Parts: sequence; C-alpha cells; structure tokens
Amino acid sequence: MKKSKAKYKKTKPVSIRESVEMFILSLPTLIWYVLFCYLPMFGLLIAFKRYRPAAGRGFLYSLFVNSEWAGLDNFRFLFANNKATTIRMFVNTIGYNIVFILLSILLPVTFAIILSNIKSQKLAKVCQSAMFIPYFLSWVVVGYFVYAFLSTDNGLINHMLVQMGRSPVKWYQAEALPAWPFILVLLYIWKNVGYGMVIYLAAIKGIDQTLYESAVIDGAGKWQQVKYITLPQIKRIIVIMFILSLGRIFNSDFGLFYQTTRNSSSLTPAFLTIDVYLFNALFSSTRPVYGYISAGGLLQSVLGCLTILVAAWIVKKVDPESAIL
Amino acid sequence: MQDRNMRKKRREEDYIASGMIRFNSYRKGHDIAFTLMFILFAFLCLLPLIFVFIISLSSDASIRAVGYSFFPVEWTGTAYQYLWRLRQTVGRAVFNSLFVTIVGTVLSVFLISTMGYVLSRKHFVLRRFYTVLIFIPMLFSGGLLSTYVVNTQMLGLKNTYLALILPLACSSFYIIVMRSFFDVMVPQEVIESGQIDGASHIRIFFSLALPLSKPALATIGLFQSFAYWNDWYQARLYLDSGAKSLFPLQYILMNIENNIKLLATNDSFASAFSGISIPGESIRMAIVVITVLPIMLAYPFFQRYFTSGLIVGAIKG
Repeated sequence: MKKSKAKYKKTKPVSIRESVEMFILSLPTLIWYVLFCYLPMFGLLIAFKRYRPAAGRGFLYSLFVNSEWAGLDNFRFLFANNKATTIRMFVNTIGYNIVFILLSILLPVTFAIILSNIKSQKLAKVCQSAMFIPYFLSWVVVGYFVYAFLSTDNGLINHMLVQMGRSPVKWYQAEALPAWPFILVLLYIWKNVGYGMVIYLAAIKGIDQTLYESAVIDGAGKWQQVKYITLPQIKRIIVIMFILSLGRIFNSDFGLFYQTTRNSSSLTPAFLTIDVYLFNALFSSTRPVYGYISAGGLLQSVLGCLTILVAAWIVKKVDPESAIL
Repeated sequence: MQDRNMRKKRREEDYIASGMIRFNSYRKGHDIAFTLMFILFAFLCLLPLIFVFIISLSSDASIRAVGYSFFPVEWTGTAYQYLWRLRQTVGRAVFNSLFVTIVGTVLSVFLISTMGYVLSRKHFVLRRFYTVLIFIPMLFSGGLLSTYVVNTQMLGLKNTYLALILPLACSSFYIIVMRSFFDVMVPQEVIESGQIDGASHIRIFFSLALPLSKPALATIGLFQSFAYWNDWYQARLYLDSGAKSLFPLQYILMNIENNIKLLATNDSFASAFSGISIPGESIRMAIVVITVLPIMLAYPFFQRYFTSGLIVGAIKG
C-alpha cells in the first residue's frame, strides 16, 4: 500500500500523453454538453430579441442579423398580456410544487422508517418493489389509467356513483374543477412515493446498526430511536433531496399536468403551470411569438437557480454539517 | 431431509444473530397493522395495471352495459386480434420504440461512463473545468423554446430518430453517480497496474474500468432505457405528421383518438376491417397493455439494481 503511494507521487504530474488520452475519452460527452446544454443557454438571447426566423438561413443569421434587439420588451409582454393568467400560472406552479416537495419528503421518509422495522423483511421488500413500479410508467400510460376511472360514460367512478343513485360527474369538464388539484396531488404521490422510499430505505439500511443496539440497551423506545438515530442519520440526504427539488420549483412535471388532464381547456385553471402555458404558447398558436416564450424559460431558470443558491446558503448558516454547496 | 434440517438450523442462527429484531420490533398488533397497510399500498400501486388489462379483455358490449369494470359481463380477445391485424402500423411503432431505447441506452451509458471515468482521475488537467461544465446544467438550462429552436433550426433534428435519442442521452446526475462509483471501485492502483503493462487510458477504461463497474452500468442503463421507452415528449416536440413512420409507441398511444380511426381507414387495412366494427374502447387499453408489458416483464429481473444503494451513495458523496 505504502509502496504504491510513493510510486503514485512519483508518476504525478500526469504526462501529456495521458492527458490527451483522457481528453479523447471525454470528447464525445464534452461535445454533447456543448450542443445540448450550452447552445440552448446561448439561445436564450432570443429572450432579448424580436426573433424573426430567416427562411433558408441558419439560426445564427436569424438571431443576429435578421432580428433586432428588444431590450426587456419580451418580459413585459409575458406579464402584460393577461394578468389573471400570469398570476394563475405562477400560483399554480409554486403551489403545487410546495405541496409536492413537502409530501414527497414526509410520506416516503415515514413509510421507509415504518417499512424498515417490519418483522417480515421479505414481505417488506415485495411491497417496496411493487410501490416502485408506478415510477417506471409514463404519464401517457397513467393518463389512460385515470381515464379508466374518470371517463364520463364508462369510467368506474361514474358507474359506482350511478349505482349508488347519484348523478354522474363530467370529470374532464368545468364542474369537476375543484376536485382536480386533489387528483393531481394524489397522482403525483402515487407515481413518485416509491422512488423516495427506495432512496430513504437504502439510506436507513446504511445506518450503523450498533447505534440502535446501544439505544436498545439504554432502553430507548421505537419513537426515541427514530428521533435520535434514524432522522439525524438520514438528515443529510433529506436536505439534499429537498434542495434539489427546490431548484425546480418554477418548473413542473409537464406530463402530469398535460397528459392526465387530457389538456382539457375547461380544466385549465387547475393545471395551468408555467410549463403548460409556454408549451401551449409554442404549439397551439399558428404564429408563436418566440421572444416571450423564451423570456418565460429564462425567468424559470434564473428564479430556480436563485432559489437553490438561497436555500443552500440558508442550510449552510443554520446547519453547516449538511451544507452541500 | 438433511438439507432441510440445515436450512432450518441456519434460519434459527440468523434469527438469533439478529437479536435486534427480537428485542426491537413493533408490538405484534402494530406489526400486523403496518404490514397490512403496506400490502394495501402495494396493491393500490398495481390496481390500475390490472384494471386496464381487464378492460382490454372486455367486449364492447360489456363496456356499453357496465362500463369499465373489474368484472366485465363478457370476456374477449378481439382487441388483441385487431392489434395483430394492425401489426404493420403498431409493429412499426414497437420497432421505433425498441430501436430508440437500445441505441439511446448504449449511447448514454457510453457518454456517462467515459465522463465519469475521466472525472474520477484526480490529476487530470481539465478535471476542474469538467466539474463546472457538468454542474452548471444542474442549476440552469435553456428552457423549452431555446432548446427547441436550437435543435430544430441549428442542429436540424426535426423529424429524425436523432431527435428522440440525443437530447436524452446524457445527465449530470448520472455522471456524478458514475464518478463516485469509479472513485471507490476502480482505485488508482488498478489504473497503475494497467499503465505498467503499457496500456493507454482508453484501453484501461474499456478493459479494466468498465468490467469492474457492471452494477453501476446496469443501474444507469436500466434507468435510461426506461426513460427512452417511456418518452413521448421528444416525439411531441420534434416529430410532426410528416414523420409518421418514426412515431414511437408512447406517441401513438398519446394520439390514439385520431390514430384508431387512422389505423382503421388506412387502405391496406380496410379489407381486414370490412363489415366489422372496431373494438375502439378495448383496443386503446390493449395498446396501453403492450406499452407497459415490456416494463412489467423486465422489472422483476432488474429490480435489485434499482433498490441497491448506488444512488444514495452518490448523493452522500
């Protein structure tokens, strides 16, 4: 061991040949990042332009030669067109995300703690696997599941309502609007709770068992073990998951809002998030105005980035041990 | 007989060794209640799948009579027979999905593991630069429109297979997972032993590092393959009606209202359908079933990779 370390120091610094080899290895990924992450960031310049695509010319020509600077006009347009819509989409995006973030920490952590203590660990494993399955289904498929239950003519729920002597509900129409926030939250939890559980269960499995042994010897009950051992031990992972999800607080799980509601226009108030708004602005109008859609995307990114930095800073101040940035 | 005794003995030993379980479990009543609760949760997660499968086997008459039901009055396989008749169209979509999934997964495992390997080598000149390079996209992105415009007007991906493959091919998060794995599993000594034999880094990567990291490659590959199989968003963004032959299964499913009519009115199938009414309700659910089936079949074999602590390890590090 020692010998190899000594040799290791000798071989440092890495020779030019080695560097070239490693550069070649990393080159495809580097190119991917430039094309699919950094070019779009650069393309955000559209947000400050009156973008006019030039027929037959490339993107760069359209952007720099064919389009004039617009200053902050695009941002003004984003907020000016319809106040109610703008407020609605921000409230929806942030509101849903806060509920999602809280529940997707609270429920999986609770479930993982309970499940890790169940006597029949074999059964626990089976349940865990089954609950992870929805995570691997697409929102399109989930949309059909929902349809099987909520379809106005054939849906299971309406048939049950009729059998109980109640009148059927048109679930995809405005009359069901108040129910949809709950349906959306339920669906999100249904699909994602398994993923969180797997992460937290793995974290709990990684805790040093002797901690619990000494706690039992000291006469600690289950609740005290959770409070003084399990939670503090997995705190770091909870904080990281929390901060990561905060960074996406201005984005939304587009498929959930777009597929499960069938993009039904009378349900718009319930599912209009910033992403849905921008998507529909791009694809539902015959002549989409690129400038303000791009401005919306830029705003999402900047605000999300700020949120993550502020959150990381607060965590660092409050609890330096779990700081991540 | 002896075997069974031994197994029994081993089980007893296990039990005594895990004295924790004996002294530190819930009271019996609680344990049963919690176990039942989780069995119920697991069942609720599978219920819609079972439901859709039953609907796909219900006859249209049954659906008209009792709606979508767990207990249809008449069972039939006509929906699947019709799907078989549509095998050219539906089969094409299955092929597209499979093709995109396989090519995409191989490509993304390659992109992720090479960068993970390079980042795990401590003395590489560009290490710092690369770390920042992959970190920034975790905080900041171009957003929907900018990405769309660059991909269509600059990279020319509209209506190509590449549009379904490339945008999903890499992920900063998985690169970090891979790097932490290489850090632990492929130590400097292994690399040096390769270098003493005169192997280049490229050679070492393919013949030493990759074979050592099969579990990580499998996990990331599986997550990515499910992501590709499930993707409809890229198809929605980059394919239009001019590229019907590229439509993946999920996208067909998404537009099925139009597509059932389209599939049925297609002249090559007109004869197949002459005089028969199409089981519109159940055929939809039958396509859902064949979309989900590969996932369900693959899942039991691969779930140990998903539930391993790999990702947690990366988050901790």
